[in-house]
Amino acid sequence: MKAPEKSPLGEPHPSLIAPGQTLDSVTRTVSDIPLRHPHPRFWWTAFLAAFALVLLLLVSIAWLFTRGIGVWGVTVPIAWGFAIVNFVWWIGIGHAGTFISAILLLLHQAWRTSINRFTEAMTLFAVACAGLYPLLHLGRPQFFYWLVPYPDTMGLWPQFRSPLEWDVFAVSTYAMVSLLFWYVGLLPDLATMRDRAATRWKARVYGLLSLGWRGDARHWRHYQKLYILLAGLAAPLVVSVHTIVGLDFAIAILPGWHSTIFPPFFVAGAIFSGFSMVLTLIIPLRAVYKLQGLITDRHLDLMAKVMMTTGWLVIYGYFCEFFTAWRSGNVFEQFTAANRVIGPYAGYFWALMVCNVLAPQFLWSSRLRHNIVVLFVVAFMVNVGMWIERFVIVITSLHRDFLPSSWGMYHATFWDYSTLAGTVGLFVALLFLFLRFLPAISMTEMRRFVAKKEGGQ
Amino acid sequence: MKPPVYGLLAEFGTEAAFRTAVADLRAAGCVRLEAYTPYPVEPSVLPGTTPMGWIMLIAGLVGAGGGFFLQWFAARDYPLDIGGRPLNSWPAFVPITFELTVLTAALTGVFAFFCLAGFPRLHHPVLGDPRFKRASQDRFFVCLCADDPLYADAHVRRVLANAQPDSMAEVSA
Repeated sequence: MKAPEKSPLGEPHPSLIAPGQTLDSVTRTVSDIPLRHPHPRFWWTAFLAAFALVLLLLVSIAWLFTRGIGVWGVTVPIAWGFAIVNFVWWIGIGHAGTFISAILLLLHQAWRTSINRFTEAMTLFAVACAGLYPLLHLGRPQFFYWLVPYPDTMGLWPQFRSPLEWDVFAVSTYAMVSLLFWYVGLLPDLATMRDRAATRWKARVYGLLSLGWRGDARHWRHYQKLYILLAGLAAPLVVSVHTIVGLDFAIAILPGWHSTIFPPFFVAGAIFSGFSMVLTLIIPLRAVYKLQGLITDRHLDLMAKVMMTTGWLVIYGYFCEFFTAWRSGNVFEQFTAANRVIGPYAGYFWALMVCNVLAPQFLWSSRLRHNIVVLFVVAFMVNVGMWIERFVIVITSLHRDFLPSSWGMYHATFWDYSTLAGTVGLFVALLFLFLRFLPAISMTEMRRFVAKKEGGQ
Repeated sequence: MKPPVYGLLAEFGTEAAFRTAVADLRAAGCVRLEAYTPYPVEPSVLPGTTPMGWIMLIAGLVGAGGGFFLQWFAARDYPLDIGGRPLNSWPAFVPITFELTVLTAALTGVFAFFCLAGFPRLHHPVLGDPRFKRASQDRFFVCLCADDPLYADAHVRRVLANAQPDSMAEVSA
């Protein structure tokens, strides 16, 4: 066991920030990225590549709305295809952001400070991508508002007893609260951007967004209370969101879905995939923008450890699924379990084992964990593995259920893949816009961190 | 005619010097003091409490009650008899009740914060001072407002000067 992040005196662990950082240097390092736009070639290349995929997404959606969801590979019995796989994958990725910004804040983990802003942005954009899928998956997306309770002329209500309706409330609340939490956190930093902006119109835009923030001691008092309470609300919220996503499956009677392990298993999987996405993104960005002084090797090390821990919770979930199937005495459950391992989709199952079970075990070694390339490859594999996991859960459970007469196979079409690639593009494009225009690290919290460190010495 | 004055703005380079200055001014009897810092200093230099906790608690309870009522009402307004099960199937209403609790508390909290802080606000006298640009970066400011009864008091001015601010000047309203 390493020493705790926070000593009883309250000063942060020294290796969480490079020596010699001052109030001015952290402010300058962070605000120069949006204000001076360093490495424009890298930014434009990545942004334009992602933007091309956004255009592909628009084409895919236009085609889908023109022809209907038959352009996807969804059929009976596999009515939940890529759309639901991608929905669960994206919303899971978002969860690391809230975990880092809210739960680690409540647990006084000082190492969240330099990564929380970026991961909160990641949450927002992942939720935006996730939220698209259920809407696209509606046969008649123009009636999406039927999911919302309102006094309609038909005298009908949404089915409040259905987990799919719970999802509507959970995901929209999650998106809204994440946005508020992120924006409230940004307010003081927007004021810093306003005051550091070189041109008048930039100062005006940041000034408008900062709403007139000026660091008044009385405002700070309300602000800090609000921030900690929002964190306190977001912490159970993030657990509830993926619990409800898990219940979407668990409340169905389908073998392979109907299991009480699903809600906690899904929450652990969400944080596992989220941390792997944070590492996949932060490792290259930190290198390009030279942020090693603020996002240190210790941050990567700690994130790798959280990834390993949640990875083991997920492995426990896999174990439970098979153990329950074996001990249940239910022939359908047992068949579904065996079908996953040796059935037509066995390739996916074994790829999942390699990516999610095998790959993270390399991180037991401290030497490998500190090797950036190894860490990046493992994180990337976990991202892929978590997508495959949702594929295995959704597709293999649906394709062979109770009646052999209603068995089928799922064949993803070009438009399935193009929509997935399109949301990846949307996610990356939004992240690059965020990096271009907003401070990616909380300058306020970094300043407080530096001040505490100076005070502690 | 002299332009109206908002207050006397003093600038400090360190948190310690700033703290001493605010404490000295308060000891001298100043009441209309404003303090500006680039990060939340703890403990706060100015006395006071915040009602945020109560506001968000009440909002959360209203959200919970409203959320449950919505589902309870809908279950009666369009009754679905499923094998004689009770219409008020409350365990199924828990998730949405929880989500609406969180949503209402969070939205109200942010809105209440904006009201308490007077946001959005397009301009404020201290923002007009070029020195104040560093209040959001690495400097600490104390403002003795012109409506303080001791504003023109020579002793108070001396107290502030003795705290050795990096600069001290009036800002116009």
